[in-house]
Amino acid sequence: MPQAYIYDAVRTPRGKGKKDGSLHEVTALRLSELTLRAIAARNHLNTQKIDDVILGCVTAIGEQGACIARSAVLAADYDISVPGQQINRFCASGLEAVGLASLKVTAGADFAIGGGVEAMSRVPMASDGGAIAVDPSLYFKHGILPQGVAADLIATQYGFTRKQLDEFAVRSHKRAASAQKNKRFADSIIPVTDINNMVILDHDEMVRPDCSLEGLSALNPSFAHLGTQFGFDNVAKLKYPHLERIDHHHTAGNSSSIVDGASAVLVGSLKAGKSAGLTPKVKIKAYTSVGSDPTMMLSGPLDVTHKLLKQAKMSAEDIDLWEINEAFSAIALMYQQEFQIGLDQLNVAGGAIAMGHPLGATGAIILGTAIDELEKRNLNTALIVLCVAAGMGTAMIIERV
Amino acid sequence: MSEASQTEVHYSVDADQIATICFDLPGRSMNVLTKTSMLEFHAHIEQALKDDNVKGILITSGKKDFMGGVDLAMLGSLCDPFSRTPKEERAKEGYELILGFHKLLRAYETGGKPVACAITGTCMGGGFEIALACHYRVAAKKEKAQIGLPECKVGLMPGFGGTQRLPRLVGVMAASEALLQGKSYTPEKAKAAGFIHDAVDEKKLIEHAKKWLKNADPKKDALQSWDQKGYKIPGGGPYTSSGYQLFVGGNAMTLDKTKGLYLAQEHILSAVYEGLQVPFEDAMRIEVRHFTYLMTNPQSFNMIRTLFLSKQALEKGARRPSQEDVPVNKLKKIGVIGAGMMGSGIAFVAAKAGIKTYLIDKDQSAAERGKETIQSMVTKLVQKRRMSEKDAALMMARILPKTDYTVLKGSDLVIEAVFEDMKVKADILKNIEEAAGSKCIIASNTSTLPITELGEHITYKKNFIGIHFFSPVDKMPLVEIIKGKKTGDRAVARALDFVKKIRKTPIVVNDARFFYANRCIIPYIEEAHRMVTEGISPALIENAAEMLGLPLGPLQLNDEVSLDLSASIQKATAAALGDKYEPSPAADLITKMLQKKRHGKKSGAGFYDYDGREKSLWTGLEKLYPITEEQPSLEEVQTRLMTIQTIEAIRALEQKIITDIRDADVGAIFGWGYPPYTGGPMSYVDMVGSTLFLRQCEKLAKTYGKRFAPPKLLREMGRGGERFYVRFAPEL
Repeated sequence: MPQAYIYDAVRTPRGKGKKDGSLHEVTALRLSELTLRAIAARNHLNTQKIDDVILGCVTAIGEQGACIARSAVLAADYDISVPGQQINRFCASGLEAVGLASLKVTAGADFAIGGGVEAMSRVPMASDGGAIAVDPSLYFKHGILPQGVAADLIATQYGFTRKQLDEFAVRSHKRAASAQKNKRFADSIIPVTDINNMVILDHDEMVRPDCSLEGLSALNPSFAHLGTQFGFDNVAKLKYPHLERIDHHHTAGNSSSIVDGASAVLVGSLKAGKSAGLTPKVKIKAYTSVGSDPTMMLSGPLDVTHKLLKQAKMSAEDIDLWEINEAFSAIALMYQQEFQIGLDQLNVAGGAIAMGHPLGATGAIILGTAIDELEKRNLNTALIVLCVAAGMGTAMIIERV
Repeated sequence: MSEASQTEVHYSVDADQIATICFDLPGRSMNVLTKTSMLEFHAHIEQALKDDNVKGILITSGKKDFMGGVDLAMLGSLCDPFSRTPKEERAKEGYELILGFHKLLRAYETGGKPVACAITGTCMGGGFEIALACHYRVAAKKEKAQIGLPECKVGLMPGFGGTQRLPRLVGVMAASEALLQGKSYTPEKAKAAGFIHDAVDEKKLIEHAKKWLKNADPKKDALQSWDQKGYKIPGGGPYTSSGYQLFVGGNAMTLDKTKGLYLAQEHILSAVYEGLQVPFEDAMRIEVRHFTYLMTNPQSFNMIRTLFLSKQALEKGARRPSQEDVPVNKLKKIGVIGAGMMGSGIAFVAAKAGIKTYLIDKDQSAAERGKETIQSMVTKLVQKRRMSEKDAALMMARILPKTDYTVLKGSDLVIEAVFEDMKVKADILKNIEEAAGSKCIIASNTSTLPITELGEHITYKKNFIGIHFFSPVDKMPLVEIIKGKKTGDRAVARALDFVKKIRKTPIVVNDARFFYANRCIIPYIEEAHRMVTEGISPALIENAAEMLGLPLGPLQLNDEVSLDLSASIQKATAAALGDKYEPSPAADLITKMLQKKRHGKKSGAGFYDYDGREKSLWTGLEKLYPITEEQPSLEEVQTRLMTIQTIEAIRALEQKIITDIRDADVGAIFGWGYPPYTGGPMSYVDMVGSTLFLRQCEKLAKTYGKRFAPPKLLREMGRGGERFYVRFAPEL
């Protein structure tokens, strides 16, 4: 079977996901259109060679509904022969989309695009409903927690202190700020422009270079009220009965922020790349997803990484750089502890705590960051992983060519 | 005239062309839905709908109350998991039966004629569901009347549309307490909640309802809001932005409360969730499917039997000597000796029930203090509007604090509730008998001293009995009546008449150390102590118990009753057993705790710290008994905690301390909080299967010691898989 390679990765900057965010005026369609246009333009692609465009999008209603991927393909003036599909693996949708695109290539396609989009300021998170926490028949089997409470459960289970979580968050901002200053994202970020080609936003706007431990420690826990007043803490204890209580340490400061953004990654075979005159950046060595306890919800990265390393016949020592999505500080800390990762190898350019987490797009965004950093540091292997709602995890190992 | 029979439900049409359908079951003080009344009601509704001369329909009751609900005995065989009819067949029969009645309600709801319900008083369960299908509901303004859907309390759910109409009427939020907790409402509160349209003076009830019917416009008023165009569920259905939050929160809060043990709440939620997304005709079937599932599940069978049928039977005097032998005593005057916490509590419940109560203590100030304690309890009730000021004043006037025993002359009952000391009690009992005479029934509220031995201190030994209240007396529903070897029938009857009068639930047991409830709860708490000494995480122990459905973790429970009590029980046990006493590691734990001045909640320090806003497990406990790295599974901890109390209940039955298994099951749930969803220890073993339970005990005995060794009775029954409710079937 042909091997899948990544030829390019682009993303929009991440805009604050509220009414006063810079991208609030921009449609989800426009965001994804811009990333697809950039992929075609930067690589001088004949779009007829693209077998499929797979976009992750979590809240697929309203303007993001009715298969936004096909809409984006048409908006970006790709050849009408290019199909599109929207997928939902919650927070890992973007990475899953690239993984599925790679399977298209191994099945014989020349090129396929994976990526994602989420205009969270315009289509509110969870506004698409869903049975998972609402249908009692399922709820009584697996109590589902609000994600923040699940992250607090993990912090409690691992005994992380508030200070540890805040320290991690400060580091994320400092690293992101430094990466911005040193133009580390320049290769993959594309400015969001209007129809006159005027720039609306060209950088991640949530990064706070002056973020400090003192500042963060003043914030109130975000999920204590939910946990204690609506019974979620006790629901968590039904599965983790050795805990006397849940410590609510996560705040707006040490959790990922809500943003708007989109991403796209071009995947292709070696042969197709060669005939298009393109040089591959990395090869997709292995990728998989897994289910984990839906109540703890966010521990999937551990399970999926063990599974993936085994699948790739590799060990943690073989990985040069790690990208774990910073949904919450505790997730990254839990992961770092489990695989004994040095801080100089983990999220080296900051993460979602500083820059934000546009649900459907993030997986492909942090994949792009990992590619850029491998190149700039002249390293070989990176592992990209995300925790996923409802108890899942998705991970991918890439290798420089 | 309706041609249908009218034995339980009557039918008439008046000059204003209003058909009145009146429930009035002969020979019963409260209407219930029986097969006959359902059939008759059905026929009358059909008649009223087809008769052109009838313009409106009034549904009411010929009794002071409207209806208590469905006759649960009617479900009996359909529910019985041991029935010879296979579950599938029982389910099908139940489904058709319930759906049939459901359709009848729907028929008058959509029949085009205005239907009003005049609720004469209490209106529960199926009764309220009949009312909910009416276009207009008016209730007689009665303080004591209750309106609600209590089905979930016995493991069932409303099956005649309650889960569908109530949320459609008032919204999911406003319906949730009625549906999920079985909360009932006075007519005025039901009106405020939007459950009924009006509450009026009792005398004007029928007139009021008929007036509405006369003025009703069939096109407009004979239509429920949910059958009208453009109807929206108040507060939104599950997939509206407000409804979404409500359901997620509601799921979590309910799961937190039920710990996933109670099927009824789960299925009520599901019926509401699924039903609100479809038209009413589909919603009816959805509700009946869930109802059928619950009805054919052993959990509801056990809960109905213990929490409703057995409890009611015991309250009605199932254990009382016959009234022919011992006539009912009205209990006009009693005496309570000792004005401490227990004595005041007993005086409180007695006076509240209308009994003149002499509260006696050594000196007048002590007796007065007791009355003050009661006054403060009463004041709280008045503040919460659960008692009127007038009733409070009347009740307080019934409590007479005294020091002189001579006032006891002519008492119907005297209860001593003094310090737990054989000698102190002996003197007091003598004094009581001297003052109250040879006919007075004398009771002790002891929880630790043997009744037979105490009884030796009076002359007329057959007059003496144990009446064991649980603390706090005003809140705890159970009273344990203990027969000493010489206790006579008159004493048993009097004690039961008293318990009935104060509206508590009695069980009758024979005398043995710690009687029944404490006998079972002590080893349970001790098992938790042992676990602590083994290095099992206290949080795991506490959570395991709560997840079994016990109201409190055993360590918290111990804190509540005080560790001093544990110490004195151990001391007493050691003294009583003499050479046979085997020191338990639990004793060491208590000794160490007391050395650290941790006496329990009252002292602000026990297994928990009570200084913070929220209590938290004392971290020092880990230093005394380090938590081991390897922890047992949740199931292992739960099996030990559940088995130790269950096996003790079986021993009590074997040793004839329990002589009626209804006492064993009802007493366990209301006495010490044995998980109600099981129906009690006997029901639990029947459901698990005696063979399996026997094996479990044998396994535990091998691992943890002979306290788990199965008694002979269990070995016998386990061999053939015999059931307690067969071998010890109560006489009905």
